[in-house]
Amino acid sequence: MKMMKVMMLIVMMMMVSEGSIIEPTCKETPDFSLCVSLLNSDPRGSSADTSGLALILIDKIKGLATKTLNEINGLYKKRPELKRALDECSRRYKTILNADVPEAIEAISKGVPKFGEDGVIDAGVEASVCQGGFNGRSPLTSLTKSMQKISNVTRAIVRMLL
Amino acid sequence: MASSDALLPISAREEDPLCPYTRLPMADPNQETHGRRRRPFKGLLAVSFGLLFIAFYVALIATHDGSRSNHAGIDEKETITSRARLAGVSEKSNDGLWKLSGDRNTPAFEWNNSMLSWQRTAFHFQPEQNWMNDPNGPLFYKGWYHFFYQYNPNAAVWGDIVWGHAVSRDLIHWVHLPIAMVADQWYDSNGVWTGSATILPDGSIVMLYTGSTDKAVQVQNLAYPEDPSDPLLLKWVKFPGNPVLVPPPGILPKDFRDPTTAWKTSEGKWRITIGSKLNRTGISLVYDTTDFKTYEKLDTLLHRVPNTGMWECVDFYPVSKIADNGLDTSVKGPDVKHIVKASMDDTRFDHYAVGTYFDSNGTWIPDDPTIDVGMSTSLRYDYGKFYASKTFYDQNKGRRVLWSWIGESDSEAADVQKGWSSVQGIPRTVVLDTKTGKNLVQWPVEEIKSLRLSSKQFDIEVGPGSVVPVDVGSATQLDIEAEFEINKESLDKIIRNASVVAEAEEFSCEKSGGSTVRGALGPFGFSVLATESLSEQTPVYFYVAKGKDSELKTIFCTDTSRSSVANDVIKPIYGSVVPVLKGEKLTMRILVDHSIVEAFGQGGRTCITSRVYPTSAIYGAAKLFLFNNALDATITASFRVWQMNSAFIHPYTEEAFRALTRT
Repeated sequence: MKMMKVMMLIVMMMMVSEGSIIEPTCKETPDFSLCVSLLNSDPRGSSADTSGLALILIDKIKGLATKTLNEINGLYKKRPELKRALDECSRRYKTILNADVPEAIEAISKGVPKFGEDGVIDAGVEASVCQGGFNGRSPLTSLTKSMQKISNVTRAIVRMLL
Repeated sequence: MASSDALLPISAREEDPLCPYTRLPMADPNQETHGRRRRPFKGLLAVSFGLLFIAFYVALIATHDGSRSNHAGIDEKETITSRARLAGVSEKSNDGLWKLSGDRNTPAFEWNNSMLSWQRTAFHFQPEQNWMNDPNGPLFYKGWYHFFYQYNPNAAVWGDIVWGHAVSRDLIHWVHLPIAMVADQWYDSNGVWTGSATILPDGSIVMLYTGSTDKAVQVQNLAYPEDPSDPLLLKWVKFPGNPVLVPPPGILPKDFRDPTTAWKTSEGKWRITIGSKLNRTGISLVYDTTDFKTYEKLDTLLHRVPNTGMWECVDFYPVSKIADNGLDTSVKGPDVKHIVKASMDDTRFDHYAVGTYFDSNGTWIPDDPTIDVGMSTSLRYDYGKFYASKTFYDQNKGRRVLWSWIGESDSEAADVQKGWSSVQGIPRTVVLDTKTGKNLVQWPVEEIKSLRLSSKQFDIEVGPGSVVPVDVGSATQLDIEAEFEINKESLDKIIRNASVVAEAEEFSCEKSGGSTVRGALGPFGFSVLATESLSEQTPVYFYVAKGKDSELKTIFCTDTSRSSVANDVIKPIYGSVVPVLKGEKLTMRILVDHSIVEAFGQGGRTCITSRVYPTSAIYGAAKLFLFNNALDATITASFRVWQMNSAFIHPYTEEAFRALTRT
């Protein structure tokens, strides 16, 4: 099985094409492997500049927020006793989709990354607040944790643009 | 292999929903019996893969340098940043919040409309709704103060930026006017950004502002009033030959913004400066012009400071060494010093330095290079939430006035829910501190006194470790002016006693634990927006301690850490050392206006603006307290508290206009 892991590593390194800045960029983020896997999973990743990498990750934030909102909607029926916490999460995640993501995309595309940083940090904040509405683990825990992790990694990359 | 996924515990599978690779199956006991037969084959595979890997790696290294140079042409730099910078100085961090949310005993806070609507300020400038940021082109013209600002007409977060506009007779009572400039040209279609006004000797106005073009390149554009006889300057015309300036060689297209007010050179030309950066060095470019349409770039920079990052909203102006009036931007001479100020993109701090300007080559050097613009040691206008500030010379009253963007410290969800985000600080006069000669002094404009209603005077002695309620009735809109004295005995004990260790240099508002940490001579001050039980409170205080030279040092802080029980707001402790000269009493002024608290130490030598979002210390439940947390000293506080009226800022109507024209 160690064999398989070595092969996977080789495949991964082969996917890092010439001139890609994914690895050196991800080294400067709090979660190297998450960063690399997210960026490699997007075809634009290997030829993107730092702004481009930031925009890819914001896309991931958007996708994760949409997925989480769908999950929240599904939970109203399955776990009606969680309604209050789900309402708060719904509001928080809608903020991520409708406010944080558009703000970040516009700011980074236009070269005022600090507003992008605000939006990205806020995505992590909203996820934390959502999670805080439950007492301990919830059906959303892994999704909110992911959002916080991606927010941290994205923020580190946005900082490089300042 | 896929079926072995079922062997994995469910929680492990949930942990990485974003991992794009299929899970490696765990060891299957059934496969071990086949293991031995397969090993030689596997060995061959391993070797060939190993060789392939080495070959690939060599190829990668050999071509790596070549391909890097291809990417140099792309407008984004690829520098690897230091970990220190990434440690992040932006105060809006979700690290602290994550810790809070992880604590099962702190449930998420749900904001209701009553709490949110209380947050809106009564006498600070803010548009009726939506997002605002930088102040733009402030000026006085034909009897009116004009204020423009970065505005998003569509949302309570930054975006779709246009120029909002308002006018006032007195810098306090504002009337909202229609939007002055929208993003309707190719050279500003991606944003009508920050700019400054210059008033020419004949009284006419030119406005220079940054446009983000349809290709997102930052350029400078010229605009002027369509009808100079309209005192409200409702309509603006953009110069058809725009842009007048594009990023020069060596400057990246997204590092060129926020042109200043122009000043006259001794050659009779107009000169402006624009902030930028070269790698990590913050710089300010200089241009001369005679007509604001064509420019010559000077080879010299106004100034540069390494490791400070991008300089935004650069401001450059003279201050008098001998008098307390403001000076027109073009003034020079032996009795004048010049201030260079910049907003640091990296840290969101506004820094300034006092120095000398050389008109012959458009350069400036700081009086004290150890506290040069943008260094962590350099002076700040304000040690709290305060950014993108800009001054203008008010020729009406002969003063220099400072505006600043005060953003929110809450979550964007709350901003969206309440429908707005950001206020402006109360305009402040700015002068050089003629007593120290080394720093500026700021003070709320005189006109704010017109909001003062009834007041109460107090003279109270507060023993060590006491909290005294101050009965002023409503406590959400206040102006407090106070003087403090520490009893002589306690002071002498500390100064004369050699065994008392110096602690002033180690003390920092941010890191020393806030207002509950007790020292011999402090902290003492006021607790504003406090509940009866002090479950929520915002202390503003002095902390006096012995310095290394055995002299006393005074530090001025605002502690927002307990300003709210909500866990989705930022609650820092802000502040800095405040110079106190021999013979001076300790003085502070505090403006309380709902979710903003502006504190001024020693007549405005050290200023702190904070945003606070109490959940219960609101409306009638908000109280004022005086406190003394010192271990030894007794404090005598002599102070007056005024109730503050609302400024009734509202949109333009015929009536409002007539009412303001009458005053």
